[in-house]
Amino acid sequence: MAKLINLHINGTPVTVSEGTLVVDAAKKVGIDIPVFCYHPKMEPVGMCRQCLVEIGRPMIDRASGQPVLNEDGTPKLQFGPKLETSCTTPVAEGMAVLTETAKAQAGQKEIIELLLTSHPLDCPVCDKGGECPLQNLTMEHGVSESRFTFAEKHHGEKHVPLGDLILLDRERCIQCARCIRFQDKIAGEPVLSFYQRGRNTDIVSYSDPGFDSVFSGNTSDICPVGALTTVEFRFGARAWELKQAASICSQCPVGCNVTFNVRREASTGGGYVIKRAMPRQNEQVNEIWMCDKGRFAGYQYTESASRLKLDPAELDSTLRLAAAKLAVAQAETVILAGGRLANEDFFTLKQLAAALGAKTYLYSNMGGGEQTTTYGLSAGSNLGHLGKGDTVLVVAADLYNEAPLWHLRLKAAAERGATVIVAAARATKLDEFSQFVIRYAYGDEVETVKTLADKEKIGDAIKNSKNLVIFYGSDGLGLAGTAALAETCANLFASVAVDGRTATPNNGLVGVWSTPNRQGALEMGFAPCTNLAAEIAGKTVYVVAADPAGDDPALAEALKTAKTVIAQDILETTTTRLAEFTLPAAAYTEREGTYTNAERRVQRFYPAVPAHPGTKPDFALTAALAKGCGLELEGRSPLLVMNKLALSESAFRGISYASLSEMVEQWPIIGRGDLYYGGTSYENKLGLGQVLESKLSSGLAQSQPTIHAGLRMREDELLAVPVTKLYDNGITLTPAKLLQAHIQRFNGLILNPATALKLGLENGAQATVSLNGVTYPAKVLVDASISTGVVLIPRSMGIPLLEPTAVTILAQEA
Amino acid sequence: MIVELARGLWTTFRALFFEKKVTVQYPEEKRPVSARFRGRHVLNRYENGLEKCIGCSLCAAACPADAIFVESAENSDEKRFSPGERYASTYEINMLRCIYCGFCEDACPTEAITLGDNYELSFYDRRDAIYNKDMLIVPVPQGGQLPPLVTEPGTFTRSVPAMKDPVD
Ligand code: SF4
Ligand code: SF4
Ligand code: SF4
Ligand code: SF4
Ligand code: FES
Repeated sequence: MAKLINLHINGTPVTVSEGTLVVDAAKKVGIDIPVFCYHPKMEPVGMCRQCLVEIGRPMIDRASGQPVLNEDGTPKLQFGPKLETSCTTPVAEGMAVLTETAKAQAGQKEIIELLLTSHPLDCPVCDKGGECPLQNLTMEHGVSESRFTFAEKHHGEKHVPLGDLILLDRERCIQCARCIRFQDKIAGEPVLSFYQRGRNTDIVSYSDPGFDSVFSGNTSDICPVGALTTVEFRFGARAWELKQAASICSQCPVGCNVTFNVRREASTGGGYVIKRAMPRQNEQVNEIWMCDKGRFAGYQYTESASRLKLDPAELDSTLRLAAAKLAVAQAETVILAGGRLANEDFFTLKQLAAALGAKTYLYSNMGGGEQTTTYGLSAGSNLGHLGKGDTVLVVAADLYNEAPLWHLRLKAAAERGATVIVAAARATKLDEFSQFVIRYAYGDEVETVKTLADKEKIGDAIKNSKNLVIFYGSDGLGLAGTAALAETCANLFASVAVDGRTATPNNGLVGVWSTPNRQGALEMGFAPCTNLAAEIAGKTVYVVAADPAGDDPALAEALKTAKTVIAQDILETTTTRLAEFTLPAAAYTEREGTYTNAERRVQRFYPAVPAHPGTKPDFALTAALAKGCGLELEGRSPLLVMNKLALSESAFRGISYASLSEMVEQWPIIGRGDLYYGGTSYENKLGLGQVLESKLSSGLAQSQPTIHAGLRMREDELLAVPVTKLYDNGITLTPAKLLQAHIQRFNGLILNPATALKLGLENGAQATVSLNGVTYPAKVLVDASISTGVVLIPRSMGIPLLEPTAVTILAQEA
Repeated sequence: MIVELARGLWTTFRALFFEKKVTVQYPEEKRPVSARFRGRHVLNRYENGLEKCIGCSLCAAACPADAIFVESAENSDEKRFSPGERYASTYEINMLRCIYCGFCEDACPTEAITLGDNYELSFYDRRDAIYNKDMLIVPVPQGGQLPPLVTEPGTFTRSVPAMKDPVD
């Protein structure tokens, strides 16, 4: 515990830990000191001088070293002749801070007056207007009349694209460097900087393509003026017209807390539409950030033209006919469910399957559920607490692309002193911030992890760690490979964990899934199937939230041989097109439910907009089918489904909608009236979620993993391995108009330049790749950071590579 | 009794033949309204035809009756509706909600919306009471052009007309 310091701010006694800055100490007791450049998530720089206050320190007698006392026995204070910046001054014992004296106020006023000499009168057309720190502070502290002539105003360019997502207005920038510091220090992607000096200081992006970062949207949240705005929300609405709806991002397994801003629009005949996605504070999950995929592709697909819908009468008859098929098929039914479903949906499916005696499978490209449900993180875990003495191992995962917020959080953990070890077959962005990087050849994942503990320094870091978190992913691995890797990781984890530690917070195994709720399904006992094609042939198949036919031609063939296919989804897919019955589901933005993120935290999402006409939530559709089979399931209230789920699934014990909505005060305090302090991320008012109980606390025996060997490349072969890119051609991303260029950037066959040369191909060339007898055209992209002899094929880009496979690549004749 | 009757009728005859008539033959004949009368709104234009409205929604924010609805979009030099970057792509006023208080006029940073002297508002259908931009906006003045205009880059950079230094 850090030493506590006592001081007075405006006469209020304050006790805070040593090292706290005066501005934060004031905030803790509800005294707002205006700031522009200071941000509670970043080191202070003292650039804007807005936070000026008077600071008095106890006088020390030089001779005796004792405090000088007033006549009444109180220590005598010495105030400096000048105002001081409260954002750069740490608290000290006995300090007295005055923020509201005439002198301090005059200082603050002058800074605003100076800032406004170069600021346009843009508030009416500025996207920040209404939630603008400069506007608010001008109202509170500004002078009402300017002493400067309008002719002297600084004019700058007003529409400067820094990248294709963020626009800069040069006139509005107040040079606080928050954006630059965010990119440098928090995102670790230093792509912005100042250019020129004095009044001509400009923000420039020197990356190619411009503003090459997946966290760029956050800079517009923390920019204290409307200098940085997103192309997505450009002139979309005024801040005060927007309503808020709490939700959880569904694009990756992190489960960032988000707020959707909605308002009525003429385009929908006065119906509600989502105007933007903003991060919502949850210090245990996403802090106050979110990635660009969540921001610019998180909800856009729910408004896509390819939404499935049926009018009520048609939906009723489809449900009746489909249910009749299920009722006949009974145990001859196979239920296939994808990881975008909510916990409530999975539970409803599970009950239907139990009643029918049907088989249920999780549609997943990754195995290891048994391990992550056993060794997963337990209550109290927070990657934000990892630091000195803790070790994080990341195996076969490119977190930057697969779960960007974890990348950001692990980078921060490494900076706090945690030992981050990255084991991957190719360079990943996290390498730069990790202490140890291990490179192995694709196929050697299991071997590499097995020998980790025997390595000298790395072994020590793992064995002697205070806390150990292992992330494993599917970089270059298919279902069997990831299952083997998970077992090996679990084995490593269990072997170094001393008794009782395994169920303690911040210890565990995390699967880097590709969907928001695979963990929830696994906890309920859903598991992927290793031989799906054979399983579904001749059966009645109920596919929910999955597109097997689109992902794999073999599965498409298998589905054609199925007796009946009932496909339930949000958007039209290859599977829904070949299904006999299609059931239109409501998107997560239109309903209530919960997701379990890969850290095993169950979080609630709330409806932002009314359900798309002609759709119903997944659990309601399943319940309607169940009803047709003579089984009464809850089909209206997700709350009641959760209540039953908590009673019947041991992992979910103690979880209820009320417990998920519990709030505890978070630090820093952001998203209230004082936008200048933390930016425009939203305050969390609707709950931090709850972590599932660990199975280990009840003393579960350690499983004995069986190790499978991975597929290794051979000298004369070209091994194609599947990898995940943040922006792919999946159906939830293609409707995001802004991201098209980002998707195309990595859409191709990624080869080492030497390999490409050997094949007679160059960067950007068109080639064909033959896979399982089918030839696909693709663009060649060279990347020197990958090894020779392999070709990386990004998932969901049109080439159905599910497992590492030997392929042939040929140049395509023009 | 006769006397009373005659006295009463005298008042009638006096008004009929000797007093100035106050009845106005509305709608053929209309009384002028006062200079500060607040009637149906108009959206104004600059002389070149560009719309003064910049789609800022401040009128909608000021409106106590929630009668105004604005949606905005971005201008470009190839397709310019108003000076600056932003224009109103949708602008609607519900005349049944409006209480003709004039707050919208006060809120407008460009004097785009002004309350005119038209008080002849009656509708067969409530929907007809919603006036859209085409109904509210004044015709293009002589010598002006109907937006969208193609403009020289750098000429219309300010949404709000540039301020002059105060002179006293
Ligand atoms: S940044 Fe703030 S003060 Fe500046 S124009 Fe925009 S709303 Fe107004
Ligand atoms: S663009 Fe915004 S965040 Fe960046 S320096 Fe300018 S005012 Fe600060
Ligand atoms: S006159 Fe008053 S009530 Fe009518 S639209 Fe304007 S602000 Fe609203
Ligand atoms: S009429 Fe005036 S206040 Fe209303 S949106 Fe247009 S410019 Fe803004
Ligand atoms: S100098 Fe303290 S907030 Fe900028």
